[in-house]
Amino acid sequence: MLTLVINGDNIEVDVDPATPLLWVLRDHLDMTGTKYGCGIAQCGACTIHLDGVATRCCVLPVSAAVGKAITTIEGLSDDGSHPVQQAWVELDTPQCGYCQPGMIMAAAALLSEIPHPTDADIDKRITNICRCGTFTRVRAGIHRAAAIHQVAAVTEAAAPFFEVKA
Amino acid sequence: MLTSRRTVNITRRRFVVGAAAGVSGVAIGMQLPLSKVLASQQVPATEEINAWVVVHDDERVVIRVARSEMGQGTLTGLIQLVAEELECNWDNVSWEFPTPGQSLARGRPWGNFMTGGSRGIRSSHDYVREGGALARELLIAAAADNWSVPANECGARDGVITHHASGRTTTFGAVAAKAATLTPPDKVTLKDPKDWRIVGQPVARLDTAEKVTGKLRYGADLKLPGMLNAAIYACPVHGGKRASFDATTALTMPGVRKIVPVGDDAVAVVADTWWQAKQALDTVVISWDTGTNGRVDSAAIEAMLKEGLDADDVFIGHSRGDTAAKLANAQQRVTAEYSYPFQNHAPMEPMNATVLWTQERCEAWVPTQNGESALEALADAAGLFRDKCEVHKLILGGGFGRRAQHDFLVQATEIAKTIPGTPIKLLWSREEDQRRGVYHPITRCRLSASLNDEGLPEALHVRISGQSILHALRPALGAPQKDPAVFQALAPEGEHALVYSINNFLADHAMRNTHLRPWFWRGVNSNQNVFYLESFLDELAKQAGADPLDYRRRLLKDQPKALAVLERAAANAGWGRELPAGSGLGLALCRVFDSYVAACAEVSVVAGKLHMKKIWAATDPGYAVNPQQIEAQVSGSFVYGLSAALHGELTVKEGQVEQQNFNTYPSLKIAEMPAVETEVMPSGGFWGGVGEPTIAVAAPAVLNAVYAATGVRIRHLPVKDQALA
Repeated sequence: MLTLVINGDNIEVDVDPATPLLWVLRDHLDMTGTKYGCGIAQCGACTIHLDGVATRCCVLPVSAAVGKAITTIEGLSDDGSHPVQQAWVELDTPQCGYCQPGMIMAAAALLSEIPHPTDADIDKRITNICRCGTFTRVRAGIHRAAAIHQVAAVTEAAAPFFEVKA
Repeated sequence: MLTSRRTVNITRRRFVVGAAAGVSGVAIGMQLPLSKVLASQQVPATEEINAWVVVHDDERVVIRVARSEMGQGTLTGLIQLVAEELECNWDNVSWEFPTPGQSLARGRPWGNFMTGGSRGIRSSHDYVREGGALARELLIAAAADNWSVPANECGARDGVITHHASGRTTTFGAVAAKAATLTPPDKVTLKDPKDWRIVGQPVARLDTAEKVTGKLRYGADLKLPGMLNAAIYACPVHGGKRASFDATTALTMPGVRKIVPVGDDAVAVVADTWWQAKQALDTVVISWDTGTNGRVDSAAIEAMLKEGLDADDVFIGHSRGDTAAKLANAQQRVTAEYSYPFQNHAPMEPMNATVLWTQERCEAWVPTQNGESALEALADAAGLFRDKCEVHKLILGGGFGRRAQHDFLVQATEIAKTIPGTPIKLLWSREEDQRRGVYHPITRCRLSASLNDEGLPEALHVRISGQSILHALRPALGAPQKDPAVFQALAPEGEHALVYSINNFLADHAMRNTHLRPWFWRGVNSNQNVFYLESFLDELAKQAGADPLDYRRRLLKDQPKALAVLERAAANAGWGRELPAGSGLGLALCRVFDSYVAACAEVSVVAGKLHMKKIWAATDPGYAVNPQQIEAQVSGSFVYGLSAALHGELTVKEGQVEQQNFNTYPSLKIAEMPAVETEVMPSGGFWGGVGEPTIAVAAPAVLNAVYAATGVRIRHLPVKDQALA
């Protein structure tokens, strides 16, 4: 029995420790937001955060995730309100959408490390495959999410100084 | 074990929305974005006004869509068309897929389910709008009847019906029950496009919310109660047969339930989880009888295609004037050979289908581009009549043509038949998806032109040698040796007509098929034909010492719409401006799928490395139902087209495709992606497709720009590691 910390919850799984985390999520826990695309860490559809770092979990044995904080698309926000998700909705970024949870997780990890990434940062860090070809809006979405995040941070910091009216 | 399957009684009066999904805990093909509805404890009364429109008494409107949604946005576009005529409140709209079984039982009220050829909207806009208009008339008639006034004194807007003389109003929800009992008028007049308020607007897609939270269940994500998972390995040499297999080890592995020989060319492992099935499958030793196909390689295919360039057994797709004589007597003759390789569709979601079979009934949950042909394939494989089968369509994780083929569904059904009453989900590995694709046809082309005194082509011969999709599509009808679909963008007339005025023109095809089956691949035959033609036109312009834009202008005197998109793309790109050394602009134009599209690419080549800076695109689809989605399709088309042009190639060794995953079959990354600026310029009066046309101009625009930048002419795709300096 292995204990995993997924989206803040301790979850016990009875599984072969060599099983890739992707298939523990999908097959055992029915958390199917994390997608199977290639199985060899090429496409990024399976991107999750492992201790905050974007990680392709189709080649990650579940045993290697024990003791680390796993965040999946289901845990990125409760209600789709993460700045990246907001930006994605605003720009209607997904087409078929299958790669988008991985794309969003990669973008969210980038933004947590570099709050205002340049195009060069995006080129270097976003290497996910999207066959529909959403890249134009993915790039715009990352910049937009950075702006949303900044506004949110400013609002939060300013909150104590303003009377909030219902 | 079994899903509790409610019997869905499809009558015109009452329709239980969402019941068609029939799976506990999984809302398939349904979106209920309104939280107030989810919070509601009472199930609202639901009235089917007609096949297209369901109105709830809480004012929600459900619009039914028969075509598949695979990312191209047709779902939202078709709903806009229905809603426009219905005059409902757009904010109250949600949707559902009718099933092919319901369609069959009701006499096909939704028409064709096929989603391909960029036809989703352009071949159904009239009857879906009519469906919305008829529903509106019924709702108005119900209100008028309640008020005892003539219906023609009333109108509807935003879900509210008004009696103009008295100012009385009511809502769709309030009269839905009555409207559902009325008989629709025989015919109805559709709005003039100038009066459209929803069509033509860049409204947001209706399927986005669940795609950004990971909540949307694709076929690969389905989990039905009691379901088992299957992994499969089919003969990597197409046409080969399973000779024998040894699954001794697999049977001892954890979770394994069953080993199933599938058809005559595959072995599947059924296990509790897919990973277990896949692990066990990897231990199965299979020997194949690959016959002569096992000796085919890329060199042999290339030799066959080259032979076709000089062959006499050709089908003439387009002939005007006397091209042969003009070429024979040419003062200035230019000839070049081009080629285009096999490509795989490689949608991000690998092929899959979930099937529940019993002796009495069979149901499938499947991402498909054609629900009706999926139902046929399912019934055939299940050994049951179609009315004993049902297909539940899911949103596709990409299609690109691949999911108009149902080989994976047949396999899943054959596996499910061996375990009656248990749902079986078959999911292909990425490698299986690469090995067992149906591919973009491989062709080779020789173009020969004679130039007149002005340097313009007085004659042009386009000889194509290569595969025919129709030949692969219709083996049962006897293989046709004449395939008119080969001539997309070169055709004498129709949706794929040649745009250029060339007095003596000949396009002919030497059909050369391989054991690897060709299939519709986003853009189909326009991809290679436009690459050939538009690249060669630049070669001719060079020979004539002419500017590539001006050269095309002189051949487009009879084609104002084609000229308009070309001029716009060029103007937006600043055609003719000074560029630094090593940079260049390139143009391409075509009319395919009834739309006019052009692109102007700016590239630089530094130390042999290509940088695609920006592409300016222009599209005239006649009517633009949703401009922001057209922009998304145009921009995305460059990714698909340039992935193929720069990287994509399947090669064959010992009869097998060599590239088995994205490490050897790379797709464009964001770092390579040029900026794209799209101008949507609907000129009205016709309905063109938008999902595919732009792919055709991607490669020639970029490679003409490469030529302008470097003087290097790329004639054989992919560019891959060809020297650019």
